[in-house]
Amino acid sequence: MTAKLSAKNLTMIRGERCIFQHLDFALNPGELLLLQGRNGSGKTSLLRAIAGLLALEHGDIRWNEVPISMQRQAFHAELVWLTHRSGLKLDLTPAENLRFEASLRPRSRLDLATIYERLGLSRLKNLPTRSLSAGQQRRVALARMLMADVPLWLMDEPFTNLDSDGRQLVIDLTEEHLAGGGLCVMAAHQDVQVAATTRNVNL
Amino acid sequence: MATRDAEQPALLDGLVAITRRDLLLAWKRPGDVLNPLFFFAMVCTLFPLAVGPSAEQLTLSGPGVLWVAALLSSLLSLNTLFLSDHEDGSLDQLLVSPQPLPLLVIGKTLAHWVVGGLPLVLISPLLAMTYRMPTSVMAVLMVTLFLGTMCLSLLGSIGAALTVGLHRGTALLSLLILPLAMPVLLLGANTVSLAAGNESYATGVWALAAYAVAALSLAPFATAAALRISNE
Repeated sequence: MTAKLSAKNLTMIRGERCIFQHLDFALNPGELLLLQGRNGSGKTSLLRAIAGLLALEHGDIRWNEVPISMQRQAFHAELVWLTHRSGLKLDLTPAENLRFEASLRPRSRLDLATIYERLGLSRLKNLPTRSLSAGQQRRVALARMLMADVPLWLMDEPFTNLDSDGRQLVIDLTEEHLAGGGLCVMAAHQDVQVAATTRNVNL
Repeated sequence: MATRDAEQPALLDGLVAITRRDLLLAWKRPGDVLNPLFFFAMVCTLFPLAVGPSAEQLTLSGPGVLWVAALLSSLLSLNTLFLSDHEDGSLDQLLVSPQPLPLLVIGKTLAHWVVGGLPLVLISPLLAMTYRMPTSVMAVLMVTLFLGTMCLSLLGSIGAALTVGLHRGTALLSLLILPLAMPVLLLGANTVSLAAGNESYATGVWALAAYAVAALSLAPFATAAALRISNE
């Protein structure tokens, strides 16, 4: 069976240490891939490898059955990535940050006001990002994912710094994304209950 | 989500957007931008005070001093080119954006040159006056500095990309860049000296222009490759 995103026999060695080996997964539209493991077990490394930023020792990751290294730009046009560092410019306002992000990717049909409303950013959008709390900055980073109309979401510890409302919001957004035929790869410490087919990778 | 009727960004959108973002950032933090400019102005004004007011000596050393000061102040600001992007994670976002990385690099380098290189060119006639440089030679100085700072920003972007993952990589960056920057310094300073001596100087200007074109067409690709390696 063909999967949208698949990996076969992945092995990664960084320096002298083997991070993971013989790792396989396959993911179809509407499914969530949950990467779990203790701190330092290689969740972020695997996400970076899926994003095409880290070289693998063996194996390849395929998108639509084509290795991602052979279609880097086309693959990058289909993903957004929530990193554990926000990737926001602290001196700019959230609105300025997001306007910049919007010009890099295919634009979503959701308009900005709706996205701000949804994430509770309406009153914050014109303040310097530096003056926002860590949780609020995370919400701005989440807005980036909603703005882009792409099928694949990569999320690295999306619940960090968020309050219980924020956690629920991440789960709701992920469920909506999956229900719309999207794919999601999420690295998380805790158990995540999402109303969608969930595949687990334990590192 | 399967339908792909979303609005796709055009090829140059990313370049324009990142240039605009970096200029906006520089506007919000003018201190970082003015540092190299102050350095340039200070070296150029202190030198005549130290060597004395002899007109002959100042005319002779003027082109060299102005050019060395411009080169050093360009090197001074280079390490910041990708550093803040690396630290706040926005470099990761740029690397996974569907825009061609060399174009984004050109955009960043352009913004860096506009805030770090262009001001040097603009105030150079003012500083050249302290060296009793005639107006016609000032024009040559400005043209060579214009091309030269452009070369230095482009070459420097390669070094900045290679050293971005290293802490305190400034010394290494200078070592990497200096051999490539030597021809720029020699061509620039000698062209201005020739102009000051009423000799033909056009060859030097053409050679600098050729160097700038070569740097513009090759450096962005090298920088993009270096960014991918050092950000692993």
